[in-house]
Amino acid sequence: MFLSETVTMSDKETSSKPTNKSALPVLRVRNLNVFAGDHHILNDINLDIPRNKVTVLLGPSGCGKTTLLKCMNKLTDLYRELKVSGNILIENDDILNTTTNIPSIRQKMGLLSQRPYPLPVSIYKNVAYGLKLKGVRDKKLIEFSVEKHLRETGLWEEVKNRLNSPATSLSIGQQQRLCLARGLAVKPTIILADEPTSALDPISSKIIENLFKELKKHYTIILVTHVLRQAMRLADHVIFMCDGKIIEQGQPDELFKNPQTEELRAYLVDGN
Amino acid sequence: MRRIKILEEKFFVILSAFMTYSLIAVLAFIILVIFVKGFNALSLDMILKTPKGGYYYGGEGGVLNAIMGSLYIAIGATLIAIFIGMPAALYINVQLVRYRRTQNTIRYFLDALWGIPSIVYGAFGFTLMLFFGMNASLLAGIITVALLISPIMVRTFDEVLSTIPRGLHEASLALGSTRTETAFRVMFKQGFSGFITAVLLSFGRGIGDAASVLFTAGYTDNVPVNLDEPAATLPLAIFFQLGSPIPEVRERAFASAVILTVIILALSLGARYISKRYSKTNLK
Ligand SMILES: Nc1ncnc2c1ncn2[C@@H]1O[C@H](COP(=O)(O)OP(=O)(O)OP(=O)(O)O)[C@@H](O)[C@H]1O
Ligand SMILES: [Mg+2]
Repeated sequence: MFLSETVTMSDKETSSKPTNKSALPVLRVRNLNVFAGDHHILNDINLDIPRNKVTVLLGPSGCGKTTLLKCMNKLTDLYRELKVSGNILIENDDILNTTTNIPSIRQKMGLLSQRPYPLPVSIYKNVAYGLKLKGVRDKKLIEFSVEKHLRETGLWEEVKNRLNSPATSLSIGQQQRLCLARGLAVKPTIILADEPTSALDPISSKIIENLFKELKKHYTIILVTHVLRQAMRLADHVIFMCDGKIIEQGQPDELFKNPQTEELRAYLVDGN
Repeated sequence: MRRIKILEEKFFVILSAFMTYSLIAVLAFIILVIFVKGFNALSLDMILKTPKGGYYYGGEGGVLNAIMGSLYIAIGATLIAIFIGMPAALYINVQLVRYRRTQNTIRYFLDALWGIPSIVYGAFGFTLMLFFGMNASLLAGIITVALLISPIMVRTFDEVLSTIPRGLHEASLALGSTRTETAFRVMFKQGFSGFITAVLLSFGRGIGDAASVLFTAGYTDNVPVNLDEPAATLPLAIFFQLGSPIPEVRERAFASAVILTVIILALSLGARYISKRYSKTNLK
């Protein structure tokens, strides 16, 4: 028990210690282009994602936000029609132009989708899944870790007496937090959240928002949302996209107070 | 206008209800007829004894040879089909997600194979058997039936796997699963009820088919103890007895049909139970 605790503690420190590294962007996208046939879905995307911050991706429906996230964890591989070119650098590893060990690249990124997709196993096994993939066999360590991440997402008190029930028996809001806990268990650097609250009630949404505020101490969060208020509450950095291009990016107060482009102005007016 | 709509609604509700229930009634009627006709001949001897001398003229014995032969062939063929079909269906849905056109081509071929009449499989198995210099045997029967039911296994399981939401597939990969881990730990689990249905359908087709085993498994009055011995099967037992001029023997054909039906019914109940039990955790 003692041993396992020290293992996870030291793990965490290496991933989140505010050293001089923290000034550098954790993820850089350079000249990213995505085509589907003639359709230019993402057009010359260049951006830096700051470490331990919430970066909000905004933009009208169909502008390519989900596609951008899918490039980041290489889920674009599942779609043959998508032709991806450019560079995506995580800590100087170009993840787009490598074929080595895609699963371990994906594990640097936790994914939270629009709708929760719990694995068809128990609550406990959902969180333990990532650890088992990583080859952790020590039961005590797994137990410790499952509890830690369920606490981290505020789910522990609600589920501690039914860890072996199917994950699908939870409410949608709880399932979404379970998916978050499951993602955190693989110790990602970045959390990719694609409209994570759009299927949730206001209270569950609030819980997720508050979690993000906590989690950004240890993780970098990239959040896609259509809820402008949510963007204003959470964003440290905003990227506004339109038609596959980045139109504006920068500090939220500047961007929201005086938008430089007609597109963003229109988007902000319609959103409020 | 409204009246017409209401009438139309009523008409179609009644029509579809009628169709549904009449189908069930027909099924019940078939089972009833078989039971009534076979009832007199149904005895413990029927299921516990092999045919003795003069059995086919109304003498002593039962169809244990055919029961065991059918079970051996159906179980053996189903196991082979699982071995071929489960990985194949997972392969189509996991490894080939990128290649929609390849998926559809494979599905098209499997559907065609599914549609081939079983006598063609029988003829093919027979040719194969001669080519390898084998005699009509349990093994040849098992292989032929396995060929017959493999497409059913793959397509039935595949049909369920293909309805699994892409999001679950992506979630599994995003957690760092390899494609193999995604296939066996997530997709198989989520599609488990479909897998059971596939096994059930394949087994049912395998145990009930006469044409594919006619030349390949042969017929014998003994329970086979080796793979190279011929094996009797229930469908053929029914066929031979039904062709008899003696009423008692024809009655026994119906009793054999009852046995076959009961095996299949018991199996589907068991399979339902298993699939309920193990898909509690599945995404709805
Ligand atoms: N696999 C694909 N094949 C062809 N076109 C695609 C594919 N995936 C996405 N697209 C197209 O790319 C564009 C961007 O889609 P994307 O899902 O990234 O938008 P989005 O910004 O996430 O929209 P929303 O806010 O509605 O979720 C859309 O026009 C979509 O039709
Ligand atoms: Mg989207």
